[in-house]
Amino acid sequence: MAQELENKVAAEEVSAAESVPPEISEREPESVPVNEADNGSDNNKESLSEKKKREKEKVDYLEIMKDGLWKKNPTLVQLLGMCSTLAVTTSLLNGIALGLCTTVVLIFSNIFISLVRRVIPRQIRIASYIVIISSFVTVVEFIMKAYFHELNKSLGIFIPLIVVNCVILARAESFASRNSVLPSAADGLFMGLGFTLALALMGGVREILGNGTLLGLHIMPSGYVPTLLFITPAGAFMTLGLIIAVCSVFNKNKEK
Amino acid sequence: MALLRVSPSPHIKHEDSTRVIMADVLIALVPALVWSIYVFGFRALTVTVVSMAACVFLEAGFQYLMKKPVTVLDLSAAVTGVLLAFCLPVTIPLWMVLIGDFFAIIVVKQLFGGIGKNIVNPAISARIFLFVSYPSEMSAFTAPFSYVSPLSIVVDGSEIEAVASATPLSQLKNGIIPDEPVWELFVGNKAGCIGEISALLLLVGGIYLLVRRVISWQIPAAYILTVAAVTYFFPGSSQPIDFMLAELASGCLALGAFFMATDYVTSPATPNGRLIYGAGCGLLTVFIRYFGGYPEGVSFAILTMNLLVWYLDRYTKPVRFGGEPKKK
Repeated sequence: MAQELENKVAAEEVSAAESVPPEISEREPESVPVNEADNGSDNNKESLSEKKKREKEKVDYLEIMKDGLWKKNPTLVQLLGMCSTLAVTTSLLNGIALGLCTTVVLIFSNIFISLVRRVIPRQIRIASYIVIISSFVTVVEFIMKAYFHELNKSLGIFIPLIVVNCVILARAESFASRNSVLPSAADGLFMGLGFTLALALMGGVREILGNGTLLGLHIMPSGYVPTLLFITPAGAFMTLGLIIAVCSVFNKNKEK
Repeated sequence: MALLRVSPSPHIKHEDSTRVIMADVLIALVPALVWSIYVFGFRALTVTVVSMAACVFLEAGFQYLMKKPVTVLDLSAAVTGVLLAFCLPVTIPLWMVLIGDFFAIIVVKQLFGGIGKNIVNPAISARIFLFVSYPSEMSAFTAPFSYVSPLSIVVDGSEIEAVASATPLSQLKNGIIPDEPVWELFVGNKAGCIGEISALLLLVGGIYLLVRRVISWQIPAAYILTVAAVTYFFPGSSQPIDFMLAELASGCLALGAFFMATDYVTSPATPNGRLIYGAGCGLLTVFIRYFGGYPEGVSFAILTMNLLVWYLDRYTKPVRFGGEPKKK
């Protein structure tokens, strides 16, 4: 086991530049207690005993929750998973459905990757993660096909595409592969919920403005002429930009 | 003798300010507006004035709220308002005009930092916003000389849908040369948006701007010649000359070439860049007219080229005096 960890640390030097964009790991702010164990990758000389000790430190689940839902919201702050965010949020229902599917996949893949994190060689970790993630996506897809046929049709290709959703890979790389099972599960849950929240917000805004409905019910006054731009892809970019802008204003005001 | 004064260039200054330039643009647009009022009735004026006032008000209000210096007196917001109104059909509901003004001034201009900072032309983007959002209202064109009452949308005493008329462009798209003689299309006896119908009067306004050196010749010339060349050599019907002339006189080509594409902020600064930019606008316009889903391509073409201005400026940057010549 110790040998393996040493190999891992050594391999990190070789593989630092490959496959995963560095900004994913850089985005983790150093101040969060849970993630301090992560910084092994930045500081290779850290001794093993120190590392183990840190992992045993108490995990701050409240912090994980805050990070996932707001402070490091995968969509609104980390800007991960843009493909599905922009493409499927034409209605509130679509947004919530895809968000929940992603959450389920995220929880299970985080748990499994956390379980096998010491077994996977550093060099082929991405491929291994993808295999694990795609197994769960397949499960989710079959469940969707069996029980939510209509929804599955309207989400279309974006359910299988959860495999390459970078929220999942990013959490696997920067959290699950460095933390034990329970914190990883919590991280998966709250990151997934944060993703769902952002998608629901996008879907809601776009459905109300672009279609005059919410969850299929007409909620705008009868004379309302739908602003079709908001359900086009261009409208998705605009909505996302404006929502991110509003969130940043809130966060900045808090910092003051 | 006074001390020798040493100062960096420019040494010769002109009194032109943004306000003078924008006032010139407004003056150049007046003939087309007068013609439009003659053709469509006073609703053309209502829409234009509402749009202009709303733009000015929105800009002033936003700058006041954001505690920035209020710069509406430079008239740039007024020009945006008039240009936007010019590419709307006369029967557009006024609240849609207001939404367009909001998009142009707040989203496209002020959120990017105000005058000089917007990356795309506010009037064009607002037109596209309205066009994509409300396709039926934006393509309900009334026939020329049908009376539209100034405040409500009642045309010749009937509801608007009944008199929606085909524009020459939609005929050209199907390879049909419009029945009207080219001269009438050119003067502006046709269905269309408020300010775009009279290519002749827009040309007069454009020449005024050229004479006043508000705009340079490269963009309109490259734009219109490119459209002429492509439509002549690859005509959509069997009579290339008639087809080319009809294409040139229809739609908002003149409005786009002289007034929209030449916006200082969103067009290249170098002469060669302007030529490429104009030619690009022309090519895209014809491509969209030929192959696109919409009959008119001017606004999309200009919007696309707006986004490339940065590259054009970089690519065509002249070598400074004494600098290394460009490597081939």
